[in-house]
Amino acid sequence: MLQRLRGPNLSFILGSLAFFVVVQILISTGLLNPYWQNILFWGAAMTMVSLGLNLIYGFNGQFSLGQFGFYAIGAYASADITYRWVRNDPSALVVVIFGSILALIFMLGISAFLRRFYGVATLTKFLFNLLAAVLGFFLAVRFINPAIGQPLYQALNGFPQGISQQIVFFLALVGGATLAGIVSYLFGIPVLELGSDYLGIATLGFTIIVKVLLDNTDTLLPFPEMKGARGMVGIPKWTTWPWVFVCFMAVVLVMRNLLHSSTGRAILSVREDERAAELVGINTASTKILAFVVGSVFAGLAGGIRAHDMAFLHPTMFGFLPSFNPLIIIVFGGLGSMTGTIITGFFWIFLLEGLLRLYLPEGFETWRFVVYPLVLLGMMLLRPQGLMGRYEIAFLRRPLPSLRVVKETPPTPAVAPKAEEVAV
Amino acid sequence: MRGRPENLSPEVEARPVVLEIEGLTHYFDSLRAVSNFSVTIKEGELVGLIGPNGAGKTTVFNLITGVYRPTAGSIRYDGAQLVGLPSHEIIQMGIARTFQNIRLFANLTVLDNVLIAYHPHSGYGLADSIFRSRRFREREKVMIERSQEFLEIFGLADRQNDIAGSLPYGLQRRLEIARALATQPRLLLLDEPAAGMNPQEIDQLMELIQFIRERFQLTIFLVEHRMRLVMNICEWITVMDFGEIIARGKPEEVRGDPKVIEAYLGRQAIR
Repeated sequence: MLQRLRGPNLSFILGSLAFFVVVQILISTGLLNPYWQNILFWGAAMTMVSLGLNLIYGFNGQFSLGQFGFYAIGAYASADITYRWVRNDPSALVVVIFGSILALIFMLGISAFLRRFYGVATLTKFLFNLLAAVLGFFLAVRFINPAIGQPLYQALNGFPQGISQQIVFFLALVGGATLAGIVSYLFGIPVLELGSDYLGIATLGFTIIVKVLLDNTDTLLPFPEMKGARGMVGIPKWTTWPWVFVCFMAVVLVMRNLLHSSTGRAILSVREDERAAELVGINTASTKILAFVVGSVFAGLAGGIRAHDMAFLHPTMFGFLPSFNPLIIIVFGGLGSMTGTIITGFFWIFLLEGLLRLYLPEGFETWRFVVYPLVLLGMMLLRPQGLMGRYEIAFLRRPLPSLRVVKETPPTPAVAPKAEEVAV
Repeated sequence: MRGRPENLSPEVEARPVVLEIEGLTHYFDSLRAVSNFSVTIKEGELVGLIGPNGAGKTTVFNLITGVYRPTAGSIRYDGAQLVGLPSHEIIQMGIARTFQNIRLFANLTVLDNVLIAYHPHSGYGLADSIFRSRRFREREKVMIERSQEFLEIFGLADRQNDIAGSLPYGLQRRLEIARALATQPRLLLLDEPAAGMNPQEIDQLMELIQFIRERFQLTIFLVEHRMRLVMNICEWITVMDFGEIIARGKPEEVRGDPKVIEAYLGRQAIR
């Protein structure tokens, strides 16, 4: 175990731990005031959303504008869980967690069942999965919540208050992320069949649908506590630096380990040439859905972090214009570079919400929306491949296996000439 | 038997059937690309499919590998019906193909190109890769070693970490064949492997095809334009023109067939 922690891996882990400790000290001593703390947390959340989008677009090649929709779902779902919890109502927690579990079980069952047939139409697949998910959540609302809601509430409150709060917050984050994942799976089945541009339009439509639904949470949807277009207030402010750090590192590590595996190579191959990938035996449809779901789960998790940092949610936060931020960040940082996304994600929030807001002269705050398109324009003209291109720091770089040591003379035939001879 | 010339040796005829295509027809809208195409290939054979440009040869390959779904007809591999299956399942059943215009994963390394073809045999799941389990490390090591063996066979071992798109043309062809073989096929479909090659390179390619055929015990079905290649290595040939089969037989028979000459050179050439 320890032997594997050498070189770049060790220095990355030590470096990030040191960063964690330094920031924690700064926060504890009050040197990092709440304003900049907020910028840091926001930057982390935005980076997580963008990493998810980079997985979908930069690594898998599927142009999606739906990332903010999943961010919103994660934010509102987790916020609703904790909002109700602190008001002595465990129903949201029970429904989201157990509903998700049931929905996942049913969808797995349906998928296993449908796999026995050849040539199942996409729409059939979508409808069956939708039914499975709806059934899962319906059962949770109708039967599980009345049965175990109160006992669960009593049991969790049996812990000291600080601990039960952390448990609920953890479950809220997981619940928000899982819900985003389930929705993205359902949405991904039909739309990922589309070619890249069409997928972009369809996912943009998704973001708009989510925004409109959020505007009407108290009228169209049965969630009066979300208060529709007036914005959801009264969310407990539970996001702390350790939570941000742990979630952020989890996203980075999961994404890295995924990309450096055989599945990761399959994801890359779909970006390179989908037809060729299919014709070397890669199931491109499921590979695309996998990347899409994982990317959306990252967004959902980030939504939970952001909601409990702001303690306030408003549908305009997830509207049309802000939904382009992750896209800008990943293109700016370099499509297919995690390093680039991480740097740009923090930098973007730091620039827009920190520097420009504070240091532009009085009355010029709105000028940041002039400055940032100019930055973008300059970037695209001068360095279209993005800040980092496809560069990765050592820890995030895909390992290049060393050349094989040949023990015996390889059975190379006379027909396999040296590389130079074949060169045209 | 249908879909085969009649004068093949009884020894070959006794072998099991690998690929059996019957009555294959495909329309692009109202354009008939392939019409009533039949061919039966037995184990270990090396069969050629030739014809002038636009005769529908590549379409036949696309139909076999599930890129298009045929309008009519049946394609059986080892007795199993392929029509309607998604491409990746057809490939996983043991059919591999290369492309007329090379389709490598150009921005990935040479080794990655081969490793990707191993993905269906990776033998570990998502959880293994995220948590870096022991199985992940062991399987990954095996996969890399196997892929490196492939690269060695094809003389690409020292280029394994180069970007595939940066290889010279001839090596890209080679890599594409290596990648196809990494899917562990029994039947290999080569789509114009000699496209863009000079005569000397074609000679090397012919030797390479013979070699992999022996080494991996492959049945090979190849589409080709270049008579030099087809006439030298194929055991028998099917000739297509305008989507229809116009001749079938051993290379020397086909070469003299007036219909074939007409298709290639025009009616004038016969007179």
